[in-house]
Amino acid sequence: MNILDRKTPPQFNGVENINLIHPQSSKLDNGCNLFTFNSGGQELVRIEWIFANLRFDPKKPLLNVAVNTMLNDGTSTLTAAQIADKIDFYGAFLQVDYGYDNSQVTLYTLTKHLQSTLPVIKEILTDSIFPEKELETYIRNQQQKLQVSLQKNDVVARRTFNKAIFGPTIYGSAAEPDDFKSLKREDLQAHYKEMYQAGNCTIIIAGKAGQEVINAVTETFSGTWGKETVAADTLQPALNPVADRFIYVEKAEALQSAIRIGMPFINRTHPDFPALQVLNTVLGGYFGSRLMANIREDKGYTYGIGSGLTSFKQAGSFFIASEVGADVCRAAVAEIEKEVNLLKTELIPDEELSLVRNFMLGSLLGSLENVLSHADKFKNLYFADLDYDYYERYTQTVKHITAEELQALANKYFNFDDFYKVIVGKY
Amino acid sequence: MVKFNRFTLANGLRVIVHEDSTTPMAVLNILYDVGARDENPEQTGFAHLFEHLMFGGSVNIPNYDGPLQRVGGENNAFTSNDITNYYITLPSANLETAFWLESDRMLNLAFSEKSLEVQRNVVIEEFKQRYLNQPYGDVWLKLRPMVYKSHPYQWATIGKTIKHIEDAKIEDVKAFFKKHYNPQNAIMVVGGDVKTEDIKAMAQKWFGQIPPGEKYVRSLPHEQPQHEERRETMTAKVPLNDVYIAFQMEGRLDDSYYAVELMSDILSRGHSSRLYRSLIKEKQLFSEVHAYITGSLDKGMFVLEGKPLDGISTDQAEEALWQEVERLKQEEIPADELTKVKNKTESTMVFSEMSLLDKAMNLAFYELMGDADDFNKESARYLAVTAAQIKQQANLIFRKDNSSTLIYLAERVNEPVHIISE
Repeated sequence: MNILDRKTPPQFNGVENINLIHPQSSKLDNGCNLFTFNSGGQELVRIEWIFANLRFDPKKPLLNVAVNTMLNDGTSTLTAAQIADKIDFYGAFLQVDYGYDNSQVTLYTLTKHLQSTLPVIKEILTDSIFPEKELETYIRNQQQKLQVSLQKNDVVARRTFNKAIFGPTIYGSAAEPDDFKSLKREDLQAHYKEMYQAGNCTIIIAGKAGQEVINAVTETFSGTWGKETVAADTLQPALNPVADRFIYVEKAEALQSAIRIGMPFINRTHPDFPALQVLNTVLGGYFGSRLMANIREDKGYTYGIGSGLTSFKQAGSFFIASEVGADVCRAAVAEIEKEVNLLKTELIPDEELSLVRNFMLGSLLGSLENVLSHADKFKNLYFADLDYDYYERYTQTVKHITAEELQALANKYFNFDDFYKVIVGKY
Repeated sequence: MVKFNRFTLANGLRVIVHEDSTTPMAVLNILYDVGARDENPEQTGFAHLFEHLMFGGSVNIPNYDGPLQRVGGENNAFTSNDITNYYITLPSANLETAFWLESDRMLNLAFSEKSLEVQRNVVIEEFKQRYLNQPYGDVWLKLRPMVYKSHPYQWATIGKTIKHIEDAKIEDVKAFFKKHYNPQNAIMVVGGDVKTEDIKAMAQKWFGQIPPGEKYVRSLPHEQPQHEERRETMTAKVPLNDVYIAFQMEGRLDDSYYAVELMSDILSRGHSSRLYRSLIKEKQLFSEVHAYITGSLDKGMFVLEGKPLDGISTDQAEEALWQEVERLKQEEIPADELTKVKNKTESTMVFSEMSLLDKAMNLAFYELMGDADDFNKESARYLAVTAAQIKQQANLIFRKDNSSTLIYLAERVNEPVHIISE
C-alpha cells in the first residue's frame, strides 16, 4: 500500500466564475418597483417591501424606527393580536427591520398560503393606525431594553463612535431612554403617511416565485395605495464629525474594555472600495487576519478582533472593534497601531496576498447559498445605484490588485493619528 | 425531504453524504460525541477549551486555518453540553483539502505548549466577554446548579470557574484527545456539490488508516427527579429585575419531547403567543418574557423568564407566569391554537432545507440520536401531538416541587460614568 503524503496540501482550484442571478423587473401602475428572483426547490418565498427613510430630524430622532417597529401593532380593521394570529396561523413569518437608509417589512411564507398572508401586509402598509395604547407599551418596553443595552460596553462603544464620526445625523444619533417620551401618535401617523407610499417602495421577491406569485403581488399592491401628493423627502443632511479624536468612557469595574477605532470613509460607490475591501481583509476581515493572528492568536488579549467597512447611501465608515482584557487595553491599542502602520511601510507578501484573494473569492461564492442570497447581493447594488458591473470589478480587483497598489492605498487612506479612538471600560 | 447515503469505515467512522447539485459549494461537518457533560467536575470547561486547541495545528499540518483559507474555505466549531461540532464550507472543487485537514487532526494533534498558553487566555477572555462582563451574563452559572444536583449539566460549557481553565495541563489535553477524538466517536457529514462514490474514495483514503481508538462508554450520574421547590435570590449591577423559573423535563430522546416543545411555542413563539399577548400587551407586567427548552439529550430544562416593568414586583411577576402555566394544566389547548404552532414548525422545517450547512448539521445530530433519517420524520412527529398530551405534560412539569426560581435583582446604584476627551 502507498504511504499517504499528509504533509503536502492536495491540489486545489481557484474560483473562476461567479454567476449571479439577475432579477426579472417590472413597475406597478403606482410607481412601485418590483424585482423577482425565481429559483429554488422549496415551495416558499421571501417578499420584502423596502422604503427609504425620511429626512432625519434631530428633535424627533426616533420617528423612523418607531414607525417601522409599530407597523404590526394595528390597522383600522385588525388589532395587533389579529395580525399576529393570521401570520402565525399560516406558519408565516412577518418581520419589520429598521436600517440607517431604509426600513422594511419582510414576509416569509409557504407559497400555498400566499393568498392568506399577502392581504395582511397590504393592511399594514396602507392602513396602520398606531393605537395610543400600543404606543405606550412600545415606549415603556423600548426604554427598558435600552437600559440593558447601555450596560454593554461594546454597545456603548459603537454608539459613541458613530456619534463622533457622523455627528447628529441618522447615522450618528443614537436614542437615549428619555427620547422615547417625545414620541407622539400624530407625528407617527404623519411620518407613516409620507414614507409608506408606493412611490417610495421597492418590492423584492425571492424563492419559488413563478408567474402566479408575481401576479398575486402585483394585483395586491397595484392601485392607489398610499399615493400622496407630496413625494417622500428622503435626503439626509451632511455629516458633521466632532473634533476630538480620543473618547474614553470609564467604567471603574470593567473586566474588559471595548475598543472601537476608525473614521468616516468612502463607500461602495467609490472606485477604490473593492481594493480597500482587500486591504481590510488582510488587516482584520477574516479569522486569519493580521489583527486576529497578533492580538488573539499570539497575545491572547481577546476572544475576537476584526475590522470592517460599512457602506450607506450618504456615508461610510472604516472601523476596528474588539473587547480586550482591561489590563491589556493599552497594549492592544499599541498593537493595532502597529498593524495599521505595517500596511503602509511594508508590502504584503505574495503568499499572504494570494491566500486573501482565494479566501475572498471562496467567501463570495459561499455567500450565494440560495436564491435569497442572490437577492441580497442585488440589494447591495440597487440601493447604492450600482449595477452588476460592480461584482465584475470586485472579482477582477480581488484577483489582480498588486501589493504595491495596496500599500499606496494604505498610505492614502490610513493615518492612525487621524483615526477616532473610543475606549469603554478601563484604559 | 433531505436525501442521503450512509456508510461506515472499518475503523468505525460513520459517514453520511447528502448530494445537492444546486450549489457550487461543499460542506464537511464532523460531530464528535463529547460535550461538557463528559468532563471531570474538577476540570470543567475542558471540552470547549479543547475545541479551541483543535485549531492549533495537527501532527503533519502546523497551521490549520491558512491552507483552508488559501482554497477559499471557511470553518468554525461549537461546543455544547452534549456535543462538539466542527464544520468547513468551501468550493466543492477543493473538497479534498477539507478531508486532508480534518483527517490529520483526527489522527493526532501537535500539542504545542504555546497554543495551550494562548488559547487558555483566549478562553478566559471569552469567559469574561460572554459571562462576566455582560448584564445577566452569569445567570446560567447560577441556574444550572439549582436544577441539576448530580448530573454534569450543572455546569455551563464555558466551565464553573476561570480557575479550571487556568489549571489545564498539556497531559490533560492529550488524555482528552485519546479518550474522545477517534473515528468510533465521530460522525462525518459531507454535503453539497458532491458524489457519493467520490466521497467513499476520499473518506477511505484520508480517514481509513486512522486507528479506531477505544470506544468511549458514557456513564454519567443520573439526575434524580426533583421533589422540592428551590429558590435563590441574587443582586447585581443590572438595570432591571429578572425572574427565572426552571423546571426539569425529559431528555431529547423521550417521546414526550415533541409535545413539550410545542407547549413552549404556545407560550412564547411569536407575537400571537400566550405570554407575549397576555403579560406584555394585555396585563402590561413585563417588558420582555420568554419560555424555552434546552433540548439537551439527557434530562432537560423548561425555562420561563421575564423582566418585569418598573413598579411590578418580582412576586407579581412570578404569580403571573404561574397563572399562565396553570391554564395549560387545567384547559386543553383549542384546536386552532395547536394547528397554529404545528404549521409554524412545519414551515420552519421547509425553510431549514434552504441552508446546506443546517442540513449537514442536522443529519449529523440525528445520526447521533439514532438515525439520520429521523430528521425527515420530524414534521410528522410534531403533527401527531394532541392537546391532551400537552395538558398531560403541563401537569407533569409545572409543579412547584419541580421548580427552581432565580430572582435576579437590580442593585439600584447610579454608577457614575466619566466621559473624558483628550
